Amino acid sequence: MTAREVPVPRYFRFALPPVSGLLRPRLIAVCLGLTAATFLVVCVSLSVGDFSIGLVDVVKAVAGTGDPGNVLIIRELRMPRVVTGLLVGVAFALSGALFQTMTRNPMASPDVIGLTEGSGTAVVAAIMLGWDGGLGLQTLGLLGGLASALLVYALAWRGGTTGYRIILVGIGVSWMCTSATDYLIARGGEFQAQAALGWLVGNLNGRGWDQAAPLALALAVLVPVALGLGRLMRTLQLGDDVAGGLGTPVQWVRLGLMVAGVGLIAFGTAAAGPIAFVALMAPQIAQRLAGTAWPPPITSAVTGGLVVAGSDLVARTLIPGTELPVGIVTGVLGAPVLLWLLIRANRAGSGG
Amino acid sequence: METHVRAGAGRPVLLLAALIAGLALLCLLSLAFGALNVPFGQVAGALIGHRESTAVDNVIWSVRVPRTALGLVAGAALGLSGALMQALTRNPLADPGLLGVTAGGGFGVVIAVGVLGLGTLYGYVWFAFAGALLASVVVYLLGRLGRSGLTPVKLALAGVAVSALLSSLTSAIVLTDSDALNRYRFWSAGSLGDQNGATVLAVLPFIGVGAVLAIACAPALNSLALGEDVAAALGRRPGLVRVQGVVAVTLLTGAAVATIGPIVFLGLVVPHVARVLAQWAGLGPDHRWLLPLSALIAPGLLLAADILGRMVDRPIEIQAGVLIAFLGGPFFIAMVRRRRLAEV
Repeated sequence: MTAREVPVPRYFRFALPPVSGLLRPRLIAVCLGLTAATFLVVCVSLSVGDFSIGLVDVVKAVAGTGDPGNVLIIRELRMPRVVTGLLVGVAFALSGALFQTMTRNPMASPDVIGLTEGSGTAVVAAIMLGWDGGLGLQTLGLLGGLASALLVYALAWRGGTTGYRIILVGIGVSWMCTSATDYLIARGGEFQAQAALGWLVGNLNGRGWDQAAPLALALAVLVPVALGLGRLMRTLQLGDDVAGGLGTPVQWVRLGLMVAGVGLIAFGTAAAGPIAFVALMAPQIAQRLAGTAWPPPITSAVTGGLVVAGSDLVARTLIPGTELPVGIVTGVLGAPVLLWLLIRANRAGSGG
Repeated sequence: METHVRAGAGRPVLLLAALIAGLALLCLLSLAFGALNVPFGQVAGALIGHRESTAVDNVIWSVRVPRTALGLVAGAALGLSGALMQALTRNPLADPGLLGVTAGGGFGVVIAVGVLGLGTLYGYVWFAFAGALLASVVVYLLGRLGRSGLTPVKLALAGVAVSALLSSLTSAIVLTDSDALNRYRFWSAGSLGDQNGATVLAVLPFIGVGAVLAIACAPALNSLALGEDVAAALGRRPGLVRVQGVVAVTLLTGAAVATIGPIVFLGLVVPHVARVLAQWAGLGPDHRWLLPLSALIAPGLLLAADILGRMVDRPIEIQAGVLIAFLGGPFFIAMVRRRRLAEV
């Protein structure tokens, strides 16, 4: 249970302390490369659709000049969707990076331990029962995620928490949420059921500035908090005892990280639904690209944006005339990553 | 000393009698209560007379009897399946739902119904078996990989991973087909309603074969509980036992899932209750007792949840699967908190 992943020395790192300057060129290069790729995907995403717009016209429209029709399509229809996708990806991936580092287990992503399921139950209840208490789906998703996070943390608490207990308790809570969601879906009308299920898969269809703006605001607050806790989080990776010995207030840091991570996942879920596996796979991809022993937060966030924006582009263009929910694409892409992680973790003897 | 032994010998009989009596009582309640409450006298009359004349007789015979029978059969299947899985994996957290076997069966059903358009149980039950078999083998192999072997956490995570993959694919199918969606959403909450007598008869042979295979495993499972090397030294062939066990789990879970939907946690809770009761009766951790006890306790729990679901929010029914998840979830969490998660 307490076996931890021993950081394998990679390339030029083994002779140096972990925070050495030599590590950074690769991180920065990876970050820049990912950002460039994301920019490319965003541009392509803005240009394709029912009505194709050339890349030059896209740039003009974003700047607010050029054909008024193009400006309307780009700024009011395609931009909000693409921006929401980017922000959701950033939020999910950063949250995943926090949880994975905190529990020292790549499997401890928010979608495995019940947080997204909690959001899902709250939102589906609002859709199916037709009553949201005047709060709107976004706020409800947020409250649902927070409630299930609190529940998982409280139930896993027994003179402190451990990573594996959070995971297992989370699995229990998420099954309960799933079954409540199933009940609500079976209980309501067909159209509501379709809407609820469509939301549950994770969807960017029809997202507007109304969804993007609160998410952007939340990120402006939560991202600096998350990055600020990053340093303390690194000592947690050495194990609770060592971290405590180094002067890190273990339980407080863990609580702070949980709050930041839950906030990110909850706001992201509220905007676009629980898009499968992004929180799990983006930090792992980033970690491998950067060659670090832990998921690097900023690189993870950029990877998350790229994964969601890219998946949405695929989802929109895969079947002409049909806009698949983005969550199906990330689900199909992400599941093999998950299985591979499990195999890898097992081989390293740290899966449990 | 003498009296102690005699008390110990009497308790198993008492236990069995109590369990069977309890199950019979639940069957009676299940026949009597529902949208229309029928007095027990009339229930008995309808059962004995089998007059198809009155509306009440009709309700009893065409709705309540199949429903109750399905509860008995499917419940026994899930209970046996859970007990077998916990013994095979030597993992106290094993459950067909948690370990992705139900998700596999469900995915098979959705493919059959949504993609191939099969409507009859005989049409899609094979897909449920194939899905359940595939998922159980994949989860088991994933959980076994690596140095430390089959730990509870690894197995649970492998189950979550496989379930997540399958549910992604299931949503992809269901969302593009509103007919499949409608069938899927009722099925996925796990319910005993909406089934007729023919379904019960159709599923009975599969569960029967599965149950025989499962019970036949019991002596070997006792040896296996001592460890693989000891089992081999005792003349068992652990590999063969596993194959037999996986076939039994597949038949039991696949058939149950195809008829009543995914019911999670039932297979988890029941074997633990059976172990406690067996301990009380002085039987010890003997799988020749644990498996039959599980097969008696699980239908009771399922029927109780079904009856409760019919009563709580009339005329709307809360599916049995939902209620069981809300009973089983806290049980699972309590186990995670209390135990050091030692092997069974």
